[in-house]
Amino acid sequence: MSVDVAELSSRSRVHYLNESYGVKSWLLTTDHKRIALLYLVSITFMFLVGAAAAALMRIQLLEPNGAIVQPETYNKLFSIHGIIMVFFFLIPSIPAVLGNFLVPMMIGARDVAFPKLNLLSWYIYVVGSLFTLYCVIFGGVDTGWTFYTPFSSTYSNTHVLAAALGIFITGFSSILTGLNFIVTIHRMRAPGMTWFRLPLFIWSIYATSVIFVLGTPVLAITLVLLTLERVLHVGIFDPALGGDPLLFQDLFWFYSHPAVYIMVLPAMGVVSELVAAYSRKRIYGYSFVAFSSLSIAFISFLVWGHHMFVSGQSIYAGLVFSFMSFLVAIPSAIKVFNWTATLYKGSISYDAPMLYALGFIGLFTMGGLTGLFLASLATDVHLNGTYFIVAHFHYIMVGGAVMGFMGGIHFWWPKITGRLYPDKWARLAALIIFAGFNLTFFPQFMLGYLGMPRRYAVYPAQFQVLNVMSTAGATILGIGYMIPLIYLIWSIRYGPAAGPNPWRAKGLEWQTPSPPPKENFDETPIVTEEAYAYATSPPERPRA
Amino acid sequence: MKAQTIVPVKVYAGAFAGLIALAALTTGLAYVHMEIWNTVAALTIAVAKMLLVILFFMHLRYDRGMTRIVIIAGLLWLTILIVLTASDVFTRSWSPIPSGWGPAISVQQKQ
Amino acid sequence: MPPVRRSALGPEMTATETRPRALEEQFESLDAQHDARKLGMWIFLATEVMFFGGLFMTYTIYRELYLPGFEQGSHLLEVRWGALNTGVLILSSLTMALAVRSAQVAARRFITIGLLGITMLLGTAFLAIKFLLEWRHDYAQHLVPGINFAYAGPYAAHVQLFFCFYFFMTALHALHLIIGIGILAVLAFLTWRGRFSDQYYSPLEVAALYWHFVDIVWIFLFPLLYLIGGR
Repeated sequence: MSVDVAELSSRSRVHYLNESYGVKSWLLTTDHKRIALLYLVSITFMFLVGAAAAALMRIQLLEPNGAIVQPETYNKLFSIHGIIMVFFFLIPSIPAVLGNFLVPMMIGARDVAFPKLNLLSWYIYVVGSLFTLYCVIFGGVDTGWTFYTPFSSTYSNTHVLAAALGIFITGFSSILTGLNFIVTIHRMRAPGMTWFRLPLFIWSIYATSVIFVLGTPVLAITLVLLTLERVLHVGIFDPALGGDPLLFQDLFWFYSHPAVYIMVLPAMGVVSELVAAYSRKRIYGYSFVAFSSLSIAFISFLVWGHHMFVSGQSIYAGLVFSFMSFLVAIPSAIKVFNWTATLYKGSISYDAPMLYALGFIGLFTMGGLTGLFLASLATDVHLNGTYFIVAHFHYIMVGGAVMGFMGGIHFWWPKITGRLYPDKWARLAALIIFAGFNLTFFPQFMLGYLGMPRRYAVYPAQFQVLNVMSTAGATILGIGYMIPLIYLIWSIRYGPAAGPNPWRAKGLEWQTPSPPPKENFDETPIVTEEAYAYATSPPERPRA
Repeated sequence: MKAQTIVPVKVYAGAFAGLIALAALTTGLAYVHMEIWNTVAALTIAVAKMLLVILFFMHLRYDRGMTRIVIIAGLLWLTILIVLTASDVFTRSWSPIPSGWGPAISVQQKQ
Repeated sequence: MPPVRRSALGPEMTATETRPRALEEQFESLDAQHDARKLGMWIFLATEVMFFGGLFMTYTIYRELYLPGFEQGSHLLEVRWGALNTGVLILSSLTMALAVRSAQVAARRFITIGLLGITMLLGTAFLAIKFLLEWRHDYAQHLVPGINFAYAGPYAAHVQLFFCFYFFMTALHALHLIIGIGILAVLAFLTWRGRFSDQYYSPLEVAALYWHFVDIVWIFLFPLLYLIGGR
């Protein structure tokens, strides 16, 4: 019987997973790779809670008169679903898991600039999520994840403050993570790793970090003002007392619109890596893609009023915001064009990560195009508050961001764990997810166009067929997500050993063993070539 | 270690004197009735004081470019927040409200 | 025995060591570490600009909408206490800058600790003036929303809104100041223990940046709150 030398050596070799054992070594770690895994566990848990809320919602919507819950409970379900999925899953997902793991490795550093701050960020996230879970368990919140006033400040009887506090606290986790990444990328690149040799994933994490750092504090102060109003009732946001409820919305969306780019930019960075690796080509128009990330980060702060077109906002402000919203589509489109150009005449393989990347490109494009309907004032008047919006943002957040996350997890899984996952199951799951996703959310475009309002527990009977289709799709999607959960965990113990570079990809992270040693590199690497140099120096086949 | 600039005590003392003078000025102007110019003067003086603190106490005068970019970014983003929000709040009354909507849009003045 | 280099603020490198004790392993040099920490603090200050900024913006909008009421509220504040506090904080920024400088020039430990101590005292003086003089006076005048607000003049609702902002903004500023004083206390202790030298003083510099920022916030709070309109 032949001995798997690679497997033997990975078991006897010291790396970041086995260099120390015990709960304390994990809970007090300052190793960015271990912190990434701590985040992975936490956000997966929160994802399951948020998904459970979604499942109940979709079951409710099987029947026009509601199948299982009262409207008050339904209000809590969509609020909890939104809060958890946005603040506790999507926003941290790629940056805190893949970003934490990969950023130092991709730039040739030993760790992030502030490792202890990194660990603190995770603890802050956990404390914030505990407050939110308290809110969920002890009665929920029914204001929507958007907390519009004066309902949230004056009239809601639910645990608004607990939810707001949970989000407020977790916001600092984001801020510190963003700060850490910016300093790391500026100050800790290996010799020869100039800005324009960086992987595009780093550019998108950098742009995301700028949004983290400049946007999240405004959310924080908004939630504090909401709390103040809820406690003191002096008229900060309550129109009955002379307050301006739209001011809350301005403050809230100042952060929350850029937040959606926090969710999608890292996924775009992942897609750049996957498209390059699985076409075995450098990304076409590298500097355009790099600058498009920065442009998106900047312009994203100028468009928030498109959430408020029908709120009573000034028409003139609406004009400005509409125009800027069209502008922000341009850098995103530039990315899609460049990925497509990269695929052209590439040597393409359809491994699971690539399936996710291709899925991203298609679904993000659809989500983005439907965003143009919403950026346009006249059509938004009809589509706002309907399922069209719900479909639009789920195409981007689930069809886009989550697929980017799944693709990235699969691509770097061998590096993170030193194991390979079962390829056929992975591809099957990707296809099931793609199919389930479209069946869930495409009918919602139609429902919205036909006029079904969002956040409603009941609906007119003529919408039932589309709703049933959507719930069927959600079931398939749920199954699709369960499959990777199972085989990825299985692979940790039983998967075949991965070598340092199973995908023969370019990038500094692939030049270390899998799993990497604690310090990432035995010697600081010196970079002499451009990113994605597949043409000039393709990685070698692993020896049999 | 590469030299981090050591600022002479004289420079600090000068900045301090300037700050105190400006503080006295802005306090004095508070007792002069200048309508809108009160606010303009007060904010201009505040900006001048901020610049003295940033340039000399916080060493921006002697620092490399990245620090400048961070400060500019922070102030720029704050400007965006204020200007765009104000552009909403203060232009709402410019457009006529369709009949039947009532006075809901503009903020009520309360006695 | 190889010769040991010492500076007045504590031992650093021996001839046989290649990495100073204060250098964390992810950095190549003390210089790189110092640079990174400064950049990190500046970015943190940018986040604070946005945090306070959202609050300042909200205040400014309501002030524009309700100027008569806000002006009245402002005139109920004592300019002399605000002006005195402004002077106190400006002086504290000077002593803080001098404290960092004393480490840069390898002055004796007690000078640095003394300057940090004076800075802390000035910060505490600010808090004393604010809490014991100003806030107590406002409480006695029934100007505290949510606790005992009762105002007989016109625009009472707007005056109340003004005081809501006044108390919250100065409380948030005071909270930052208290945290700053705490940080300085820790740094004074560490200085006494010989942790810093002219080769390694980045915590002092980084804390000084924070302290100066808190001063700048007050530089804007004072005119915005106390100096509305002529008196």
